[in-house]
Amino acid sequence: MSTIEVSPAAQRTGGEQAYRVVNDFSIQVATVNGSGSQTANSILMRSIFQMGIPVSGKNLFPSNIAGLPTWFTIRANRNGWVARKKEIDFLVAMNPETAREDVLKLEAGSAVVYDEPMKLKELRGDLHFYPVPFDKLVVPVCPEAKLRKLVRNMIYDGVVAQLLDIDMEEMRKALYKQFGPKKAKAADLNWNAILAGSKFAEENLPKQDPFRVERMDKTTGKIIIDGNAAAALGCVFAGCTVVTWYPITPSSSLVESMIGYLRRLRIDKETGKATFAVVQAEDELAAIGMVIGASWAGARAMTSTSGPGISLMSEFVGLGYYAEVPAVIFDVQRVGPSTGLPTRTMQGDLLTTALLSHGDTRHPMLFPSSPAECFEMAMNAFDFAERFQTPVFVMTDLDLGMNNWMADPFEYPTTPVDRGKVLTAEDLNKVEEFGRYRDVDGDGIPYRTLPGTPHPKAAYFTRGSGHNDKAQYTEREDDYVNNVDRLSRKFETMRAHTPAPELILNEKATVGIVCCGTSRYAVEESRDQLEREYGIETSYLRLKGYPFSGDLEQFIARHDRVYIVEQNRDAQLTALMRLDLPVQAIAKLRGIRYYGGMPLDARTVTDEFVSQEGL
Amino acid sequence: MSTTMATPPKKVNRIGLELLPYRGSKTTLCAGCGHNSISERIVEVFFELGIEPWKVAKMSGIGCSSKTPAYFLSQAHGFNSVHGRSPAVSTGALLANKNLMGIVVTGDGDTASIGIGQFVHMLRRNVPLTYIIENNGVYGLTKGQFSATADRGSKQKTGVVNDMPPIDCCLLGIELGATLVARSFSGDKRQLSTILKACLSHRGLAIVDVISPCVTFNDHEGSTKSYSYVKDHEIPLQELDYVPYYQEIAVEMEEGEAREVRLHDGSLLRLKKLDRDYNPHSKMDAIRVIHDAEEKGEVVTGILYIEQGRETLEDMLNMVDEPLATLPLERVRPSRDALDQIMEEMR
Repeated sequence: MSTIEVSPAAQRTGGEQAYRVVNDFSIQVATVNGSGSQTANSILMRSIFQMGIPVSGKNLFPSNIAGLPTWFTIRANRNGWVARKKEIDFLVAMNPETAREDVLKLEAGSAVVYDEPMKLKELRGDLHFYPVPFDKLVVPVCPEAKLRKLVRNMIYDGVVAQLLDIDMEEMRKALYKQFGPKKAKAADLNWNAILAGSKFAEENLPKQDPFRVERMDKTTGKIIIDGNAAAALGCVFAGCTVVTWYPITPSSSLVESMIGYLRRLRIDKETGKATFAVVQAEDELAAIGMVIGASWAGARAMTSTSGPGISLMSEFVGLGYYAEVPAVIFDVQRVGPSTGLPTRTMQGDLLTTALLSHGDTRHPMLFPSSPAECFEMAMNAFDFAERFQTPVFVMTDLDLGMNNWMADPFEYPTTPVDRGKVLTAEDLNKVEEFGRYRDVDGDGIPYRTLPGTPHPKAAYFTRGSGHNDKAQYTEREDDYVNNVDRLSRKFETMRAHTPAPELILNEKATVGIVCCGTSRYAVEESRDQLEREYGIETSYLRLKGYPFSGDLEQFIARHDRVYIVEQNRDAQLTALMRLDLPVQAIAKLRGIRYYGGMPLDARTVTDEFVSQEGL
Repeated sequence: MSTTMATPPKKVNRIGLELLPYRGSKTTLCAGCGHNSISERIVEVFFELGIEPWKVAKMSGIGCSSKTPAYFLSQAHGFNSVHGRSPAVSTGALLANKNLMGIVVTGDGDTASIGIGQFVHMLRRNVPLTYIIENNGVYGLTKGQFSATADRGSKQKTGVVNDMPPIDCCLLGIELGATLVARSFSGDKRQLSTILKACLSHRGLAIVDVISPCVTFNDHEGSTKSYSYVKDHEIPLQELDYVPYYQEIAVEMEEGEAREVRLHDGSLLRLKKLDRDYNPHSKMDAIRVIHDAEEKGEVVTGILYIEQGRETLEDMLNMVDEPLATLPLERVRPSRDALDQIMEEMR
């Protein structure tokens, strides 16, 4: 076995010295998937959260049921930076297959808790090693041999808690919360394992590394939730009634959470009947087809998918655009093309989704960046789809959707829902003639009627073939052009209705940074790094929707250079801007792109920014 | 009193509507196309039964057959959707509004080729609607290529012979969960009308495979879907009679003369024995009859299979009685307390 001879970085290997790194480090737990480590990792994350320390958790898992390597990273940061941190400070090495590589990748001065038989200590001389005989420790706390594989994980929770100074009472609370009152016996067993780990560490592992936690008050009132559950709640509170889906990672848990909430909240108390319908479709074509059918008939309908599903939905989305049928589609983006990396994150569908389907098409998109925005934008999406009678995409991603986030609690919606321009039988009595695709109000948005409206004037014929403003079949040049020009006008009307961007204008800044969605966490931290390390102040604009609001063009006009940060290879967000912006604005755009599938980190943004700026 | 002749009152149906709202725009299909006869039957049946046109959703995919919803029930909403995807669109529409009466018109290309995935899954779900397949064995709009329902040995206009076995949509329907399965011929007015009426009285998925000759591309010697071939080889299983629920039964049947089926809405379907007794409740008998006919090159028509009382998709989903589409906000947005409690659980 080779050993790397690196002299210990003086500060980080302070040993018994006074050097301490408080509330600013990352923990990585390396395990095998299917080994049940998720519970132990959640408890670890939650106990730090309960100590009031800002925290984030990222699960890096394989596209596999059991047996392949998986890593869970927890970042604690007193300043509230929750983006992925590139460097690992504290490794818990439980997987013999990856342990060697995991250890070799660490920076000098990092700490390693590991399963003793792996003898990792021999690999390097510049790390703090904590060997733990997990197999030996688990036997007395878990008499049932079958369960030991699972309970073993709790032992590392105990060891880490002792080494990092995590309050054991918080860990106990987190554990019992996780198991719930129904599984109190299982919780007791696991609690004993945590205690065994903590006791072992106390007696055998003198603290050498500088990392530790100290209680803060930065998480008061906050919740922990994943973006998919947040989006699901948003749909439930939006009054969505028809849900159709085809399982796909990383989107499945959105609909699965939603089914749970619907069953809990949307069964009529008196009749015991559901105010919703959920259908698991045979494929994504059927899922979007059902949404189109249901929305056409007036329901608030949604589906959720990821890139491959978006590709399959293409034809129907074109129909939705052209026949003007509302639809709400969540795209929890993962790495493409093709099957790609199904369990890694990417902002890879922006361009294809904006222009999905053949012919001239444009679709509005919303870009949530946090669980609270997943909740709000889910509700916005239904209003938007019904107001504009068109498919709307909520572009989230695997990082936001499947990882646990510290979040502000969601606010109960107080505004009425917008069901759009729908004529009832009563309305029809007042109109001389109903023209389904007529631009009565000059905003490009026509009026529609719902099937089942008891009025002789209500009916119209919906088709994806050429139609005039009365919805009659036509192949005439002028009818076609009039209709698609009106669709352009409608798209322009949307511009004022997409959510306004988050904007930080710095008077001193000559350079701006623009991003959307989850890129925000790395960008926010990178702006801080640029200021502290390089003395560069920047302005910042985070887009929340497409078509882009006019703020974007003004923002670019105010700055000499504007960096577009995005998580894809081909600068897809920038490409969409190029379709919209005047040449002088386009000339100012620079790109910072990351597409390795991991959640974006601040250092990557900072380094690329500095390099392009020639600093 | 005036001596001039009053214009005779126009014929109205039992709900006081004239024929006009049951008609559609002028057909653009070829003169003599079987599909036009089917559209006429649809007009006739809805008029006769006195169904309000606005209660109906006319659904279709893409193709000659899928154009036809424009040619009937002008006062019903119609949706000419995507090739092969009318099952999904129709399923969605009925989930949104369970009070709609769904009638889907598709073709053999739409159903048996591009849309077979959606077709079979609609069968499994027993979606409560009437699904008509206007089956001519060829693609008309693209000028005469074989479809997947073309019989083995049937000849194209160019002389090309089809070597592959046909997909029989009725067999699939019986096997995979349709609860009323029938076959008919566009030229058999009486039988087709009666079958359509039975479908509209049935609760569940009704599939009607109607052999509907394509006069332009598949009506020649050597085709098994031509008018003359079907006329010569049609074997009706039974003589059908339908008495709507709102009418008294005028003629009583002798014991053993006919089977009677009381349909979901109370209407009566009579299946009078022809040369043999046939039990329409037996899947095995239905499958046997279809295979026997295929072997002999015959076209067996009539009600092949009927199953009553099976749960439909709406039943399985246990939906509220009112249409989901128009439930008021207070019934679909949970309370502030409900949200607060969920937030509390996540702290």
